Amino acid sequence: MDIQIQQLTKSYGFQKAVDNISFSVKTGEVLGFLGPNGAGKTTTMKMITNYIDIEQGDVLIGGQSVKSGEMSQHIGYLPEHNPLYHDMPVIDYLEFCAALQGVSKSIVPHRIREMVRLCGLDIEKHKKIGELSKGYRQRVGLAQAMIHDPEILILDEPTTGLDPNQIIEIRDLIRQMGKQKTVILSTHILPEVEATCDRILIINHGKIVADGTASTLRKQAQGQQVLKIKIDEGEVNQIYEKLQKLETVAMVDFADATHNRFEIQSVVERQSNKAIFELCVKNNWVLSECIPFETKLEDIFRDLTLN
Amino acid sequence: MNPIWVIAKKELNSYFNSLIGYLILSIFLIFIGAFTWLIGNDVFIRQQATLDEFFNWAPMFLLFMIPALTMKQLAEEKKSGTIELLLTKNISNRQLVIGKFLACFLMVCITIAFTLPYYITIVQLGNADHGAIIGGYIGLLLLSAAFTSIGIFASSLGDNQIVAFLLALVINVIFLFILGFVGNSFSGWFGDILNTLSIPEHYSSISRGVLDTKDLIYFGSMIFLFLFLAELKISNRG
Repeated sequence: MDIQIQQLTKSYGFQKAVDNISFSVKTGEVLGFLGPNGAGKTTTMKMITNYIDIEQGDVLIGGQSVKSGEMSQHIGYLPEHNPLYHDMPVIDYLEFCAALQGVSKSIVPHRIREMVRLCGLDIEKHKKIGELSKGYRQRVGLAQAMIHDPEILILDEPTTGLDPNQIIEIRDLIRQMGKQKTVILSTHILPEVEATCDRILIINHGKIVADGTASTLRKQAQGQQVLKIKIDEGEVNQIYEKLQKLETVAMVDFADATHNRFEIQSVVERQSNKAIFELCVKNNWVLSECIPFETKLEDIFRDLTLN
Repeated sequence: MNPIWVIAKKELNSYFNSLIGYLILSIFLIFIGAFTWLIGNDVFIRQQATLDEFFNWAPMFLLFMIPALTMKQLAEEKKSGTIELLLTKNISNRQLVIGKFLACFLMVCITIAFTLPYYITIVQLGNADHGAIIGGYIGLLLLSAAFTSIGIFASSLGDNQIVAFLLALVINVIFLFILGFVGNSFSGWFGDILNTLSIPEHYSSISRGVLDTKDLIYFGSMIFLFLFLAELKISNRG
């Protein structure tokens, strides 16, 4: 099932929390929903899950509007802060969620076993939820979202409060799920989107400011190729002059003159790697470093959301 | 399984899995037992085989007991955020409200069922008026259902359980005492309306063993009204 979001708008008072956004997510795609706090991520997710009313626009799931209130059995939702019943044992809770989602009674035990295995809850399954550590609670939250095997997963900050090992486990789980399902996850942890998501959507003040894979976003932000190189032997100024004469090179900068390090910006849409290599061969220089400079996702994010 | 029943079962279980259920049940039974058999104008002083004292006192204790049961139902879900989990699942606002109502009402029914030995005792003691006693129990159940719906409504308003408890208590007191009290001090149509709206007017006639449709309609519409308001409140989440 795919999700189509059409001109979705929601305002609180005079402030537009979500302002006329449209996008779609295909089956088998993991969409990372990025944005600073208060950008409208959670509001959008709450509208997709039909928890809050849609003011304008629509959300279609498999072609059907969520406004009908009948799409909830296709959606698995992990809300922000992962609310749970602390006085309920894990197994009872999963049973309760399965029953609410209308999972037929004969397969409930099977589904629960499956979730316990998938989310690594085996050793904690007989405890009350309130006795679990934060990481395990998060797993219970994920398990309840997936208990009815929904085609769509909406996860609002699924890895907050987890330790690095747990984060990696949860990411693996999401990636695994994402192969057959349609997943939207929100976060403001940038390495996380790179690690888990096929596509990134950045929103700010309720508007979409970027949409694409991590590498296309980088390309857009960067424009020209930037290389950091180090050439052993040879005289600094001589190297500098010769580099500047290359036709693919737009600009050369000394990064560290004493160690023959340079920063080279190529002409738009051109690559300089080959030309630099050939220049070094011709002059008998040793090219000991050649590092493409990547714009960090953090920089892209700051660029897009600060103005 | 119907989502209404899933909710009701979960809530009923949670009363019995914690101290709250047993505590409320035993407090009610201790007080009602004392006032029926031991204190004041009790059965032995009256020398009559009736449960009138029981049916007079029961509403006074249900007045407190039912808000104590209902106060957490929606307020706690709101406070902990679990209401978001519930309502994004395959259950409607109405089903949630009815499920919660049912759980509390069944809990009250179980409590009241523990007083059935009183009936057996009275029958052993003399010529009991079976009609009046059965009517009394029906009245008590209708009154409990009305209090429960008021409690669920009060619990739907905010995320604070204490506020829900006090509010339910106040509404119960209004219907049980104040409407009748004010109604009696006015003559004419205004007084009549207030009297018609007060619970004792209907409860006492059922307790005498007279089942009138107008009393049933009264309790029925009261239950419906407050549950409907609760549903309206939780549907409206911006």
